[in-house]
Amino acid sequence: MIPTSYYLLLSAILFGLGTVAFVFKRNIITIFMSIELMLNAVNLAFVAFSQSLGKPDGEVFVLFVIIVAAAEAAVGLGIIILTARNRRSLNVENVNLLKL
Amino acid sequence: MPILEHLWIIPLLPLLGSAINGLLGWNWPNKLVHSVALGATGLSFLCALEAVREFFANGQQLFRKEFFTWITAGNFRAGFDLQFDQLTVVMVLVVTGVGFLIHIYSTGYMAHEEGYFRFFSYLNLFMFFMLILVLAANYVLLFVGWEGVGLCSYLLIGFYFLRKSASDAGKKAFIVNRIGDFGFMLGMFLLFRTFHTLDFTALFAQAGPLPSETMGQFGVLTVACILLFVGATGKSAQLPLYVWLPDAMEGPTPVSALIHAATMVTAGVYVVARSHVLFLHAPTALYIVAIIGCATAFFAATIGLVQSDIKKVLAYSTVSQLGYMFLGCGVGAFSAGIFHLMTHAFFKALLFLSAGSVIHALGGQQDMWKMGGLASKIKVTFWCMLFATIAIAGFFPFAAFFSKDAILFAAFNSETSGKALYAVGLLAAILTSFYMFRLIWLTFFGKPRYDEHKVHVHESPLNMTVPLMVLAFLSLTGGWFALPALFGGKDYFSEFLSPVLGGEALTIPNAHELELKLSVVAMLAAAVGLVIAWRMYAKDVKEGKSEGLHKLLYNKYYVDELYNAVIVAPLMWISRNLLWKVVDVGVIDGTVNGIASGTTAIGDKVRHTQSGNTRSYAVWVLIGAVVVFSIIFWPLLHPALVGGMR
Repeated sequence: MIPTSYYLLLSAILFGLGTVAFVFKRNIITIFMSIELMLNAVNLAFVAFSQSLGKPDGEVFVLFVIIVAAAEAAVGLGIIILTARNRRSLNVENVNLLKL
Repeated sequence: MPILEHLWIIPLLPLLGSAINGLLGWNWPNKLVHSVALGATGLSFLCALEAVREFFANGQQLFRKEFFTWITAGNFRAGFDLQFDQLTVVMVLVVTGVGFLIHIYSTGYMAHEEGYFRFFSYLNLFMFFMLILVLAANYVLLFVGWEGVGLCSYLLIGFYFLRKSASDAGKKAFIVNRIGDFGFMLGMFLLFRTFHTLDFTALFAQAGPLPSETMGQFGVLTVACILLFVGATGKSAQLPLYVWLPDAMEGPTPVSALIHAATMVTAGVYVVARSHVLFLHAPTALYIVAIIGCATAFFAATIGLVQSDIKKVLAYSTVSQLGYMFLGCGVGAFSAGIFHLMTHAFFKALLFLSAGSVIHALGGQQDMWKMGGLASKIKVTFWCMLFATIAIAGFFPFAAFFSKDAILFAAFNSETSGKALYAVGLLAAILTSFYMFRLIWLTFFGKPRYDEHKVHVHESPLNMTVPLMVLAFLSLTGGWFALPALFGGKDYFSEFLSPVLGGEALTIPNAHELELKLSVVAMLAAAVGLVIAWRMYAKDVKEGKSEGLHKLLYNKYYVDELYNAVIVAPLMWISRNLLWKVVDVGVIDGTVNGIASGTTAIGDKVRHTQSGNTRSYAVWVLIGAVVVFSIIFWPLLHPALVGGMR
């Protein structure tokens, strides 16, 4: 059996990649995808623990996370579409109406 | 209903009158207003008479009742406790009796003034506090009355508050009294610390058996007595705190008569007499009282010699006579002091009310150099004022002859520089006689110095003259309690007060003979003053130029200017340059403004984080998440880290 630490390491790498992309990418859709990446990295950690501890709690959490991610995708993509229509751009640097 | 059991009703009636007039009377007709005020005071007087009757029926036993507890803290208790003894009898009758007469007089004198209801409301309130003062059975309640009469004095001096001089005089009276009251409070604290009670009966019972402190020793009792006396010098206008009383003449004349002559200013004498048990244990304090009293009697009399304002003369005369009372108390003759307090209440109230009548007749003129020749035009006023003048000068058989002689006699026999005190007192008596007859001549004799075409001189209405006549009668007869003493009999007044104040057992050979001799000397002194005044003012005189000594006296020894320069001006300087410009502007405003500008400055720096750059926000979110998780997991990580480092 593959040790739990391997799963956790993979989860951490995915989460790190997501974080880096979240901070450095300019395209809103890419940022959105990096958030999804982070969520799924966490999901991976959850199921890894669930397996190693032999308890279903982690899997239940994962289901919740997927549900929330789906809702978030619906709302988030809606916002992105509206932004793209109003700004004619998907560059996050252009979304700066609140700037001084 | 026995009044003694319900003693609270005597002060409560004027309080009710004050509240009714003060709250509802603003649009009432004058008649209704003064009916309420007179009714309250008159009923109070009747209740006082009934209380006195019951007091005598009970065989003159000290009556004392605790009505309710006001303050308790630890072993300290201050209650609304009233008491009734011989001293109270004198004070209550003087306050309510003279007060009632002055209320009647005011209905005439104030008839055409604005704020009629306000005047009577204040006057009734004053009666309430004064009665609390004299009926109180402990120092705390006495102090309530003491402060209350101060408040009413302030309100009534500043009655014409639109006039700047009046409102200034009110403030001056209040502030000068504060200084005295500070001493009074310290005295109370010291007494409480020493005896753990401020109740008269309990306190004096504890202090009575203590050994008397010696001359020159400043023990607890001496210091406490001196502090109480500081309070008395404020309230009773003695050196060095007398300066407010002459200015207090800015108030309406009935106020000068009631508060600043007959009743309130005598509160200091009352307190000293009430605390005589303490004072008798503190010869140093008594000596100070005697010296201050004697010095004030002389000092104020000299200023009174040359004043031109009729009320100012009477004001300095009041200060001087109060000095006599303290002199009497200071040489241990407390009953003589109280005796003079009573007779003074009669003749000085009469003098002020007569002066008010003169001022009324001349349509507001107070300058004696613009009077003259009034004797035939306002006869009743003239005769009443003459009675009062003879009384204050001390001619037989008028009131002050007996009371002033009792004081001078006691001073003469005092062991502590008695002869000197007597000599100064006698000199002051000459001056008293002089300035009073000067006033009579300038006001009532000679050619009129006012414009006879413009001023319509008229006698005052009956409601003003009747109180004058009653007081004139009292000024004549008020001293007759001591009349038998002249013929070798008893002095009924001091005998009456002896259960409270103790009898002065004089062991002087030929005491009676000596007293007679001193009486003759005092009469001669009064006559000397009369003759000098007659020689100087019986002819037609004009106001001369003021130079030399006259100028010094006329300007009251420049005491006001001195106080201004030494106390007021430095205080103002400190207030302006230190308290205002440094403490207020620098420290207080500086702190407040500093906090505001500091917040702005921090905001200026921090707002650059709001760059509008979404990705930098993302970084902040990340940093925040890391910090929060670090805090949450620190307890878990910590031992591991520490362990790892080991």
